[in-house]
Amino acid sequence: MDRQGNAPPDDVPLVLAREGHHGPVIHATNRSARLMGINIGARVVDMRAICPELQVEYADLAGDRAALDRLVLWVRRWCPWSVRDGEDGLILDTTGSDHLMGGETAMLVEMETQLSRLGLTARLAVAPTWGAAWALARFGPVRSVCGPDEATWKLGALPVTALRLEGETVLLLRRLGLKTIGAVMDVPRLSLTRRFVKAALASNPLMRLDQALGKIAEPVASVDAKPRIHVQTQLPEPILDPTSYLPALCEELCEQLAQTGQGCRSLHLVVYKTDGDVSWVDVATSASSRDPNHLLGLFRDKVEKINPGFGFDLITLAAGGVEPLQLVQNHLDGGSDDTLHLSRLVDRLSAKFGPRAVSRPVLRESHIPERSEDRIAALAGIAHAVIERPKERPIRLFDHPEEVRVLYAVPEGPPAQFIWRRQTYRVARYAGPERIAPEWWKDRPGTRLRDYFKVEDQTGRRIWLYREGLHEDGRGGDPRWFVHGCFA
Amino acid sequence: MRLNVEQSVNIWEMVSCMRSLRLQEKPTGQADRVTPHVATLSEVFATNAVDAAAVGYMLARLPQTSAPILWVQDRLTRRESGRPYLAGMGARHSIIMVDLSRAADVLWAMEDGLRCRALGAVIGEVWGDPPVLDFTATKRLAMRSEAAKVPCWLIRRAAAENLSAARDRWRVSSLPSAPNPHDPQASGAPRWSLDLFRSRRLKPGKWVAEYERGKNGAPDRLYQPAAVRDGSVAAGDGQAGQRATG
Repeated sequence: MDRQGNAPPDDVPLVLAREGHHGPVIHATNRSARLMGINIGARVVDMRAICPELQVEYADLAGDRAALDRLVLWVRRWCPWSVRDGEDGLILDTTGSDHLMGGETAMLVEMETQLSRLGLTARLAVAPTWGAAWALARFGPVRSVCGPDEATWKLGALPVTALRLEGETVLLLRRLGLKTIGAVMDVPRLSLTRRFVKAALASNPLMRLDQALGKIAEPVASVDAKPRIHVQTQLPEPILDPTSYLPALCEELCEQLAQTGQGCRSLHLVVYKTDGDVSWVDVATSASSRDPNHLLGLFRDKVEKINPGFGFDLITLAAGGVEPLQLVQNHLDGGSDDTLHLSRLVDRLSAKFGPRAVSRPVLRESHIPERSEDRIAALAGIAHAVIERPKERPIRLFDHPEEVRVLYAVPEGPPAQFIWRRQTYRVARYAGPERIAPEWWKDRPGTRLRDYFKVEDQTGRRIWLYREGLHEDGRGGDPRWFVHGCFA
Repeated sequence: MRLNVEQSVNIWEMVSCMRSLRLQEKPTGQADRVTPHVATLSEVFATNAVDAAAVGYMLARLPQTSAPILWVQDRLTRRESGRPYLAGMGARHSIIMVDLSRAADVLWAMEDGLRCRALGAVIGEVWGDPPVLDFTATKRLAMRSEAAKVPCWLIRRAAAENLSAARDRWRVSSLPSAPNPHDPQASGAPRWSLDLFRSRRLKPGKWVAEYERGKNGAPDRLYQPAAVRDGSVAAGDGQAGQRATG
């Protein structure tokens, strides 16, 4: 589902891979890879042997699933009942709605056209039952339409894989010589029942067959779209500044949220201009909220970014990221809540300076100084891993180590004097070296080791220096020296 | 690693008669004069931009709570003097780091942070003498800090000691460290020269502090003996608002 418009050409064999038990396996293929004989489910290394020029990308399974969930709601344009079917299918209950499109065949053509406009290839089928539609869409002819009494002979020619069975059961049926659904139907029912009496639904060919033929009911349990929470204000005259209307809009929105016991994580303010254009502002919160004053405060400096044009006469405010919000009372007298205040402070700072400016440093397991600290979102909850650091570390670290010119006893002596920022430092005392080897599993080959020294000059400034590499280590010329941090 | 320094400021008035003083010992008879642990705005001037002594002293003076710290840094400070490094400071406090580019934004973020009583401290680092950092701005920070009872520290580098409403103004620089008991060649516990040159509550003075890191979970210690024996100070000295001599 690459809809960014940078899809590779169709003549390059391209596959999507996912992690299998023994290394990556093929998740999906394009047309030319399919023609080369690449099988879905095979291992990538095996398929590389067949086709050396194979291009492999990793599949975004969670993203595909989310996109499919959105598509479930989008296809409600044709019928009121729709549900996701596995990882790669949609089931639409079009009973009574096909005549609106001019019949079932015309409806399928319309669906294929609309889906291709979204950049999606679809295989469609209409059938009286879920199972039959599943089989015909995947194994039947293009846009096949199956009437109420045609299911038996239309399914009969399809392979047994079309019965939505597990791989082991399909293998078993093949070994029994039952290659098509028709062959399974011809076998006396009693003998098959005896064999599969204890099998679950996914490995029971008789129950799957009954589902496909409509003898066992399989209703479509449709998912409901969440109701959209938004408020709007119609203005009698076009205006240029929405500030005076925002408090009422926020109040109204928070009332709606409070009625359903929910809070929102983002707000979307849209103004509809008189010259036929819209302009909008988005703000986000770090914890879900339905406090009108707080939400209003997030818009404080943002409203200026709206381009009013010749004025606008409609303002809408929509809540995004709506989730249940339980209000907790910490104190009996209704006192203040510390975590709430903290999350609001982070919201205000992120709304003004951008979410990347506000972060929280945490320790990581690494000996490389710059890698032993990581930045996470300011209020992300993490388990406090207690990481012991027996070695002394500086309290200030430079983002980029600064190169210095050092006088030292070649090859591995301690620094005696160095020039940093055009100033000469004479080393009075030193401790070291502490050798930190590169992390070979992360670094590029050829990365040099570091020897760290804690040096103190005559005025007492304590500086963390390191020499990168050794003489004659075959990884570049003479070792270079860097200042990496300062001690207290 | 906790800090076991009592912030009882009245002890420092005793240093004139004691050569070396460990700050946990509380003198008797003076405890009711100045309340310890006053959350207010303090300003620390680092005499050298690359000297981390100012940050070290400020960290030693932070209250021992687990509340998060808001640490605001401007871009020039970050480039010239580095960023706070958690591995060296210890995971005593959780830090909310705000990286900004202008001094005006730093002051805005600090002021906004001082509205939140859930914070353990608010720390700002400003490079140079920006015009926005004037008496009014520091006054606002000081009053907000006292209202919210959150200590606020302003670390200044490459800055002139202009007019400011900070209640305590320090000048901090590194001194050659204490001898290392295990290695005569290496540096030991850090020593700082502290100069309280303007204070509203305390008697200004100069000290040499030694900061000893606690071993095996013991609390850290800050020894703060006076730099000079100043027996010649006039009797009325030490009143609020007086300036240090020299």
